[in-house]
Amino acid sequence: MADLRINLAGIEAPNPFWLASAPPTNTGYQVQRAFEAGWGGAVWKTLGDPIINTSSRFAAVHFNGQRVAGFNNIELITDRPLEVNLKEIYETKKKFPKHALVVSLMVEPKREKWHEIVKRVEAIGVDGLELNFGCPHGMAERGMGAASGQQPDLVEMQTMWVKEVAQTPVIVKLTPNITDITVVARHAVSGGADAISLINTINSLAGVDIHSWNTIPHVGGKGSHGGYCGPAVKPIALNMVAECARDMHVGVPISGIGGISNWQDAVEFMLMGAAGVQICTAAMHHGFRIVEEMIDGLNNYLDDKGISSVRDIVGKSVERYSNWGDLDLNYRVVARIDQETCINCNKCHIACEDTSHQCIDMLTNADGKQVLEVREEDCVGCNLCSIVCPVDGAIEMVELPGIQPPMTWNDRQRAIEKLNAASSEMEVV
Amino acid sequence: MEHSRVIGLLSPERLTANFAEAQPGLTRKAAMEESNRCLYCYDAPCITACPTGINIPSFIKRIATDNLKGAATTIMDSNPVGASCARVCPTEELCEGACVLNGASKPIMIGMLQRYATDWAIQSGQQLFAPGPSNAKKVAVIGGGPAGLSAARELAREGFSVVIYEAKPMAGGLDTHGIVSFRLPQTVSLWEVEQVEKLGVEIKTGVKVGVDVSAKQLIEDYDAVVLAAGMGYVPSIGLEGEELAGVYDAIQLVERTKLHEPSIALLGAKVAVIGAGNTAIDAATCSVRLGAEQVKMVYRRTRDEMTAYDFEYEFAKQEGVEFSWLTAPKRIIGDSNGKVTHLECVQMQLSDKAGADGRAIPIPIEGSEFLMPVDAVVLAIGQKRHVGLIESIGLKHDRGVVIIDEATRRTSHPKVYAAGDIVFGSGKGDAMVVSAAEQGKQTAYAISRHFAATSSEAI
Ligand SMILES: Cc1cc2nc3c(=O)[nH]c(=O)nc-3n(C[C@H](O)[C@H](O)[C@H](O)COP(=O)(O)OP(=O)(O)OC[C@H]3O[C@@H](n4cnc5c(N)ncnc54)[C@H](O)[C@@H]3O)c2cc1C
Ligand SMILES: Cc1cc2nc3c(=O)[nH]c(=O)nc-3n(C[C@H](O)[C@H](O)[C@H](O)COP(=O)(O)O)c2cc1C
Ligand code: SF4
Repeated sequence: MADLRINLAGIEAPNPFWLASAPPTNTGYQVQRAFEAGWGGAVWKTLGDPIINTSSRFAAVHFNGQRVAGFNNIELITDRPLEVNLKEIYETKKKFPKHALVVSLMVEPKREKWHEIVKRVEAIGVDGLELNFGCPHGMAERGMGAASGQQPDLVEMQTMWVKEVAQTPVIVKLTPNITDITVVARHAVSGGADAISLINTINSLAGVDIHSWNTIPHVGGKGSHGGYCGPAVKPIALNMVAECARDMHVGVPISGIGGISNWQDAVEFMLMGAAGVQICTAAMHHGFRIVEEMIDGLNNYLDDKGISSVRDIVGKSVERYSNWGDLDLNYRVVARIDQETCINCNKCHIACEDTSHQCIDMLTNADGKQVLEVREEDCVGCNLCSIVCPVDGAIEMVELPGIQPPMTWNDRQRAIEKLNAASSEMEVV
Repeated sequence: MEHSRVIGLLSPERLTANFAEAQPGLTRKAAMEESNRCLYCYDAPCITACPTGINIPSFIKRIATDNLKGAATTIMDSNPVGASCARVCPTEELCEGACVLNGASKPIMIGMLQRYATDWAIQSGQQLFAPGPSNAKKVAVIGGGPAGLSAARELAREGFSVVIYEAKPMAGGLDTHGIVSFRLPQTVSLWEVEQVEKLGVEIKTGVKVGVDVSAKQLIEDYDAVVLAAGMGYVPSIGLEGEELAGVYDAIQLVERTKLHEPSIALLGAKVAVIGAGNTAIDAATCSVRLGAEQVKMVYRRTRDEMTAYDFEYEFAKQEGVEFSWLTAPKRIIGDSNGKVTHLECVQMQLSDKAGADGRAIPIPIEGSEFLMPVDAVVLAIGQKRHVGLIESIGLKHDRGVVIIDEATRRTSHPKVYAAGDIVFGSGKGDAMVVSAAEQGKQTAYAISRHFAATSSEAI
């Protein structure tokens, strides 16, 4: 049994699976049920001045028979009075002293507002605070959430105000609705953030009903943009986590969020630098019990690899995430089709023929059997055929021995620069 | 007469091929597609429908997330013979029958997914469970079938020191000896036996209780005894000619195909199987795979009353087994060498009267007797009871069915508990491996509770 405990900027938890600030962490009843089910921590549904929610709030994107590939919402922060939330947070922490209980906060960008809420929340005993600079709808129109999260100086200033009074670790939750996530991350760190968490939801419209012409979801015939999350956003979130993890000016622990549905996703985020993860959609889709399979899968994975603590995998892939300009231009892979495994759907052929480099031939072999074969000399190693192939192991991308020594674009530019000091180009990043 | 035909044995290669597992397992692709189709229901009806209560959605989610060890552990935790059950459970009556996708699309192939996960466990050679800290109590288990193995495994996990006494040279009960290899290869059952042994359970094979050691002795030597001896071979049905050469006991017939002894010579034979339950189907398909030219199941009622499951009936039909409904055997006729030549039968009709089991009573049609030419007759009506063994301990029983208190699983003897086919009474559906396994588990927990209570009394 591997050690699954984590420590995120001083916040300890029995395992890395935390519930993200969202409907699953709305009440004490829910968070306590979650802890009983095995969740290692929870970030309480964002507190602030209670709001009024709309009826009809969520929508999902189903993909080819699989439900909830993506999830969309127009819900705001908590709609319950602060006193009620504080009482339940207190009770929950008392019952579960070993679990991480972090409280998410969002108030107007005013110093005294932040001071007041931080003091009130910390007075009841919590393990940390998360500043929600991410909610992309509703709150943004009031100058909060993503509206302040998109302005790096506002993030820095508000973080600073919080840090003036906060006794517990402060996590700044970032919005992905921005061009370069590291800019905001760096400002959060300058403001004194002990950790960052990302991503919050991405601006989205789940769909349009082609018969009624209403938006999905709609509130009495009208819709507005919502926030997108769930499995579909994972690659976006993973990139943003990785970008922050490899930025030395960020340099604080990361809580990874966005589309994590199982233990494998969690491992990916942790390899890319997350010290722990937060999950919302998967819990909303399946209930709290989903954490059981996550814990078991993670544990068996670590045991299998002979890794004694989950903390040992954090960041292990970060150094492999680099700039395009540092990739070896002489590295080559080609597709190879295993005739035994191939089921002859011809999808690779048509993908390559129509949309890539026309190098998969449809042939008939000596026995009169149809076979697909790659002309390796023409294959550029784009991976497309292996992506569209429906069968495990039928198409393998094979590494070719290097004919020339490794050379990156940046190496090349430097070489050219040396040769011709007069003409220089910018490094590609 | 047509008896010049030579009845023989199939070549060893043909036998091996015929008795290899008939249904291939799922490929990884199929397992991934199927596991991702599972809805992961909450309070799922499949869990309730499984007699051992396997957390089915959970093990399927583990398959979907490439955690096969976790999947196998979830299965085997609830069901110590979960690999065998993946193959022999009547899943459409149990878990798959309860799947909410019935009607909506099609039920999840739970049995096949269970097999996929447990096959992984068998191949990986991993030990899934560990014994509990010793509580210094000793339990003897009589019989190493599904019930005995389950009881032993759970007792070992609870810290008991356990010895299984098994009459045959190998443990596993009917999983090892009685269910045809092309449905359940012996290696699967023997892996389950090994899993139990690896928890420190000692299995004394070749020791028949009542012959090699007395039950009384065991009761004296151990803190508790679990009686899990199952049932016996097929009883006589009192037909004239049962002693003739060419008349077989269905269970022994199957057993001989599993022991790799020179098999029963049925190549080219015409075979009549008397009965229409699970055992009869196994004997019939087994005869086909031994090379019989014609296999007829002789049953005095109709298809509607037969106790074999639909999937078994379908499988038998596919194998080429024929069915003679409303046909009752009257006597078996032999030649001067004492060799079977004919089965005399009579046509039946269902009467308006229902028997104690609610099924219509069949009555013979006068003058409809006829002779069926056969080379072999297989008797497959029920199983004998271990009355001698039961009475040697002085246990209360009802015609060989040991009577127990359901809550404590105790027999009329305070130190003796019982589980599996030995407590299985008629009119309670079908005897199943999965029920025997559950009863074994529950017996272990009952014994554990009993000693926990007595030890706390002592304090
Ligand atoms: C031909 C056939 C096909 C079947 N097919 C299916 C099926 O497809 N699906 C299904 O669910 N069920 C099936 N069953 C039923 C299933 O096999 C039984 O319900 C199950 O095996 C009962 O388990 P058990 O442990 O109680 O008894 P058994 O499996 O009979 O095991 C009892 C063990 O006790 C041993 N023993 C007996 N007497 C003594 C003694 N005096 N001393 C020491 N050891 C002793 C025996 O050798 C045996 O190993 C089938 C049964 C038969 C006969
Ligand atoms: C219905 C809903 C409400 C949410 N409310 C909040 C919130 O109040 N505060 C917050 O910081 N994030 C909120 N989020 C965002 C989640 O915490 C999380 O960042 C996002 O859903 C991505 O994770 P996921 O892909 O696991 O769902 C909400 C998400 C959903 C779906
Ligand atoms: S989940 Fe369904 S029942 Fe529950 S609040 Fe939402 S709409 Fe209502």
